[in-house]
Amino acid sequence: MKMKRRTFLKYAAGAAVGLSAIGIIRKLFLDAPGGAPTLTIYSGRNENLVGPLIEQIRSGTGMDIRVRYGETAGLAATILEEGANSPAHMFFAQDAGGLGALSKEGRLLTIPDTLLSRVEPRFRSPKGEWIGITGRARTVDYNTSLVRPGELPDSIWEFTDQKWGGGRIGWAPTNGSFQAFVTAFRILEGNGKAREWLEGIKANKPQAYPNNTTIVDALGRGEIQVGFVNNYYLMRFKSENPDFPVAHHYTRGDAGSMINVAGIGVLDTVENRGLAEAFIEALLSPESQQYFARETFEYPLISGVEVEGDQKPLAEIDTPDIDLSNLEDLEDTLDMLRDAGIL
Amino acid sequence: MGQSRIFAILSTVVVTMALIPLAYLLWRTAGAGTGVVDILLDARTFRILMNSVLLAAIVTALSAVIAVPLAFFTVRTDLPGKRFWSIATALPLTVPSYVGSFIIISAIGPKGSIIQNLLMPLGIERLPSIYGLPGAVLAMTLFTYPYILLTVRSSLQNLDPALEEASRNLGYSQKETFFKVTLPHLRPSIAAGGLLVALYTLSDFGTPSLMRFDSFTRAIYIQYQSSFDRTAAAVLALMLVALALTILALEFRAMGKASYFGSSAATRRPPSVIELGKWRLPALMFTASVVGAALVFPMAVIGYWLVRASFTDEFIRGLLQLTVNSIYVSGLAAAVAVLAALPVVIYAVRYPGRFSTLLERMTYLGSGLPGIVVALSLVFFGANFATSLYQTISMLIFAYVVLFLPKAVGTIRTSMLQINPRLEEAARSLGSGSLETLQKVTLPLVRPGLVNGAALVFLTTIKELPATLILAPIGFRTLATRIWSATDDALFAEAAAMALLLILASGIFMSIILKQEAQ
Repeated sequence: MKMKRRTFLKYAAGAAVGLSAIGIIRKLFLDAPGGAPTLTIYSGRNENLVGPLIEQIRSGTGMDIRVRYGETAGLAATILEEGANSPAHMFFAQDAGGLGALSKEGRLLTIPDTLLSRVEPRFRSPKGEWIGITGRARTVDYNTSLVRPGELPDSIWEFTDQKWGGGRIGWAPTNGSFQAFVTAFRILEGNGKAREWLEGIKANKPQAYPNNTTIVDALGRGEIQVGFVNNYYLMRFKSENPDFPVAHHYTRGDAGSMINVAGIGVLDTVENRGLAEAFIEALLSPESQQYFARETFEYPLISGVEVEGDQKPLAEIDTPDIDLSNLEDLEDTLDMLRDAGIL
Repeated sequence: MGQSRIFAILSTVVVTMALIPLAYLLWRTAGAGTGVVDILLDARTFRILMNSVLLAAIVTALSAVIAVPLAFFTVRTDLPGKRFWSIATALPLTVPSYVGSFIIISAIGPKGSIIQNLLMPLGIERLPSIYGLPGAVLAMTLFTYPYILLTVRSSLQNLDPALEEASRNLGYSQKETFFKVTLPHLRPSIAAGGLLVALYTLSDFGTPSLMRFDSFTRAIYIQYQSSFDRTAAAVLALMLVALALTILALEFRAMGKASYFGSSAATRRPPSVIELGKWRLPALMFTASVVGAALVFPMAVIGYWLVRASFTDEFIRGLLQLTVNSIYVSGLAAAVAVLAALPVVIYAVRYPGRFSTLLERMTYLGSGLPGIVVALSLVFFGANFATSLYQTISMLIFAYVVLFLPKAVGTIRTSMLQINPRLEEAARSLGSGSLETLQKVTLPLVRPGLVNGAALVFLTTIKELPATLILAPIGFRTLATRIWSATDDALFAEAAAMALLLILASGIFMSIILKQEAQ
């Protein structure tokens, strides 16, 4: 009985010792010094989306690449907290905002012009500190059995009309891509107009969701009829279910059809800058850009590769003229959203 | 005397580690600008703080109402299938909050949900909306009540049967005995479990955001996600710490100064089994309906997604490694957390005083904080002061222990309170040394607390996300991190398969660990 009574603690202590031993062995094994220099990337982009591509690059180039996946904002904060001791060499972000936060703290190195020039100036940092890898268009997605395409206006402004009232609209005010869109709106049409638009939509009692995926999911269920989202989310639902009853609509020449980017930057804690630049080069190769078009349904940014999945080509979207680096500072947008009682 | 000093030193070491998040927040706040003051003074900030308080209060009360009867039925009565129910009632804790909420929405959401589709032929076009407070309360209660269940279970097992027997001998009925003797003795455990529920509710982000409930953690996340402003986030997080302090004080008062041990020397007799009689069916129905709502229903929705799915061989091959990884780190975290909590509890209960009580209370401070805040504090600490350990398994386990120490402290303390100190004194007076007394008397007696504490830490660790994403060795994936990336990418079938594995793996672990409880 006495023996039995003590077994639990023995198990616990035994487990602790045993498992720590395994941990140490794992560490020795995992951290065994290899021949090739390593490239460590923090990726705010989902492993399911970019993992296979990075695997291709790894086997194609022989680079020893290690990736930590997480949320863009969480990883940006992590890199800032790690400071000079950061193990990260590069940051692959879901949006320009995360890269802007690192650029502001002086954590990004300049990328050579030979690489920068592969994409249009509007898709990279003016200081050359980050470069867009793929484009992500704002769209108005709608439920095809509840809304006829003819009903949809050419201007994002018209969604403030009363006929879109009563909870037909879904949006994601806490989401970075929505806030970047509002920032673009402010820059393009002024704070007064942007505020008026927000108030107008708010008066239509929109439903607030945490992110784009949940909006598209709710659109599919018919919980809402139109939603302000990025283009590629819908395509992922469509690839699981081709009959998913939702489609894209593009507005013309306003913030409703702006293009943001997912981009990459080289950190000041990089060990082998050449390796980092070679990785960017690989991401901008036609094969990689085709991978993005095919697998993630984003817009390729180098010329000669087109978007897939029955989406409007980049050149045909009537996008507003806007400098993405101006979207870095969201402070005034957040203030506006708070003042309007939306955040 | 020597012994008290050893426990004081050990406790201080453990508590110092647990205070890393707080130290980090104070350090970050030191650089706060004036913009932060605006946020603090904003009426809206106060309103969402009150939202969070309201949510925590309702969820805690409802959880107690569900958990106390369940604990009583599964420990003390002749409920049929007791062992099965013991495991099944604890498992809802393993459902990650963002998964649980997503399941609830897709099942009973207002439009296009599984239930609404079923009711469509009856002409029901839209169900009443669950978004907001009702949905948040539902999801939180269903998946967090086991915190109270497990602490109350360990307390019921430690209850000196002589207390109830005396009450019965004095002519009180079974029912009167329950309300006048048993329930008051459960007070510390209900309070300890309630504390865990309240702090978890305050800190969670997944459920409020999916249920579109405006909680305080949402404000903190906005600071990270939109402004990339770590300082403002730290200031807001400190407000949560202040709130946690208030709750800690309340719990301390609820526990009171009464003693909770019996005077009988013949402890560790198994408590008598109460025959349910005509209450058998209602008790069974209550237990089954809780398990039905919190476990069978989510698993059925998961099953519904799985049936329509097809998986690549590569995905299926990867599952074993993910499951092993999850069990490995969670098991390690449970063992280390229990060992770390033990000295803190012994010191606080056996040498009660301002200092020891303060130390014990301090372990809770970080647990009202959102996971991302604690994770970043450990990033700061690890990358700057423990570089060789940074992003290793050891560092990850350390993070789990900092995050989940209170879960072990709470359960072990309730068990410890029920042990008559005179038993230990007797052992010592019979010539047994301090260590020997600890080993032969104290530890065997607090075993229900150790077992349930380990279970709680395990079940919470296996679904942990923010710290795992940032602090695990690079390339180390767990079921929880993969579920997250799959839901993020709208791969619901894959997420479902992994969530099911998470629940099953936890079920196996629980069945092993609950066996220990009974011996």
